[in-house]
Amino acid sequence: MEIQVEHYLIISTIMLCAGIYGFLVRKNTLAMLISVELILNAADINFAVFNKFLFPNQLEGHFFTLFAIGIVAAETAVAIAIIINIYRNIQTLNVDKMDKLKH
Amino acid sequence: MDYSQFLYMKEEVSLVGVIAILFLYDLIAGEKGRKYFSLITCLLLGGHIIYNFLPTSTSGAVFGGMYYYTPMMTIIKSILTFGTLIVVMQADTWLRREDTKFKQGEFYVLLLSTLLGMFFMIASGHFLMFFIGLEMASIPMATLIAFDKYKHDSAEAGGKYILTAMFSSALLLFGLSLLYGACGTLYFDDIPATLDGNLMQMAAFVFFLAGIGFKISIVPFHLWTADVYQGAPTSVTSFLSVVSKGSAVFVLLTILMKVFAPMVQEWQIIIYGLIVVTITIGNLFAIRQKNIKRFLAFSSISQAGYILLGVIGGTQLGMSSLVYYVLVYMVANLAIFGVVSIIEQRTGMINIEDYNGLYLTNPKLSFLTTLALFSLAGIPPFAGFFSKFFVFMAAFEKGFYVLVIIALLNTIISLYYYLLLVKAMYINKSDSPIESFKSDCYTRTSLVICLIGIVCLGLAGVVYETISLFGYGM
Repeated sequence: MEIQVEHYLIISTIMLCAGIYGFLVRKNTLAMLISVELILNAADINFAVFNKFLFPNQLEGHFFTLFAIGIVAAETAVAIAIIINIYRNIQTLNVDKMDKLKH
Repeated sequence: MDYSQFLYMKEEVSLVGVIAILFLYDLIAGEKGRKYFSLITCLLLGGHIIYNFLPTSTSGAVFGGMYYYTPMMTIIKSILTFGTLIVVMQADTWLRREDTKFKQGEFYVLLLSTLLGMFFMIASGHFLMFFIGLEMASIPMATLIAFDKYKHDSAEAGGKYILTAMFSSALLLFGLSLLYGACGTLYFDDIPATLDGNLMQMAAFVFFLAGIGFKISIVPFHLWTADVYQGAPTSVTSFLSVVSKGSAVFVLLTILMKVFAPMVQEWQIIIYGLIVVTITIGNLFAIRQKNIKRFLAFSSISQAGYILLGVIGGTQLGMSSLVYYVLVYMVANLAIFGVVSIIEQRTGMINIEDYNGLYLTNPKLSFLTTLALFSLAGIPPFAGFFSKFFVFMAAFEKGFYVLVIIALLNTIISLYYYLLLVKAMYINKSDSPIESFKSDCYTRTSLVICLIGIVCLGLAGVVYETISLFGYGM
């Protein structure tokens, strides 16, 4: 069987749904972060696949993927720094415990 | 490569210069030099505004269509820099505290990096540029929110912001990938020719709107707003509520007009619904708030709905009224945040009932807050009335009569809760009112600038006329 665009898209859609589900359901902050990474990687796969199969004469999608990976790495670093800071304050990573700010 | 292209991105280049100077100053200046840090930042930012103020009458694209410049973009960038300048002035008292004193330089550099990201986002001509700008604006923003790192509130707000920001930008990125698949290009100029409103493009548009809606805090994506506004340091909150929001709204307008123009029927329906829920829910939730920063958060959500009224028509009038609204909203909101910030610094009180009897002890501050609240609510002699009038007119002109009536009814609700704060200051009695205090000269100057803005921006017609000269429509 030849691998087609659709197969890749099925994988990326599953990753998107798993990411959204994980972000909404998981209680651990780091697990939420990993779920977001899943969505971002799904988008990166999409870019690469569309570029390779649909528009093979250009490089726009590949470039976008590279930039996105770099930016998201920076964002993850900041997120982890903030999560460590929260951990120092409340000694837990459970989001249910981050309930000081609510009315 | 043709390096003369950099001459066209005047604002960004000079802002990078300002950031570099401040960064070096932070390295060189010792304990003693830090005293003049805010003065130097204010002077540099002032110089930056003056240098870039006059809009050039040309527009075009450089770097192969990646970067756009139009006179309107120069205006909105100047307005945002002006807002940042006022935020810097108001942050001075907070930054002189013992636990943040040594971090002054970081604050200014991060604040201006955020602004730089917004500039790139505004001027982008390609979705890659847009995405980089968006992330450049939101990553330093998260660190600013978590700036008071020994405070639980600040850390928690930072965590909530960065997680929701990442989630929304992930959705946005997924939307962009679908758009790329559907169109085969991501240049703003080339996309409209390939759009026909099929299902994939609609999905891409909805994902995109979810990402940018988070930045503007439109209602289904607003849940982070109140928590983050409450937990962040007050100066950062004011930056978030005016500058960040203003830039995102302008970008939404330009992208809807330039890129999604062929899908105008579809997006107008979506924006219509978003405006109705944003204004209504923002207003209704503002009524029951006890904490003044949460109160202002919901007020800013409903104001975002009003700003979107300028977006929905996609007309020239819509664009000029939107930019004018951002300016007027900026001075009024920064005036209130200036007062909240100085009261929080001097007394530590941030609940609305703490403001009871403020008039007796601090008459000037209460008077200024009242004027600013009247301007936000849109009471005639002040600038807020004119800005509301123009956005209503922009929506009315395109035939959204019911929408304008809903927005007008909501203005009455908003007047109710704005007057609750006025009532607290003037009528309610308090056994232990906030003591009388003297503000420092930075805060006072910034409040005077805001006061002049609130009173004069509406009465001096020249401001709106100048802005409307450069507006452009779909």
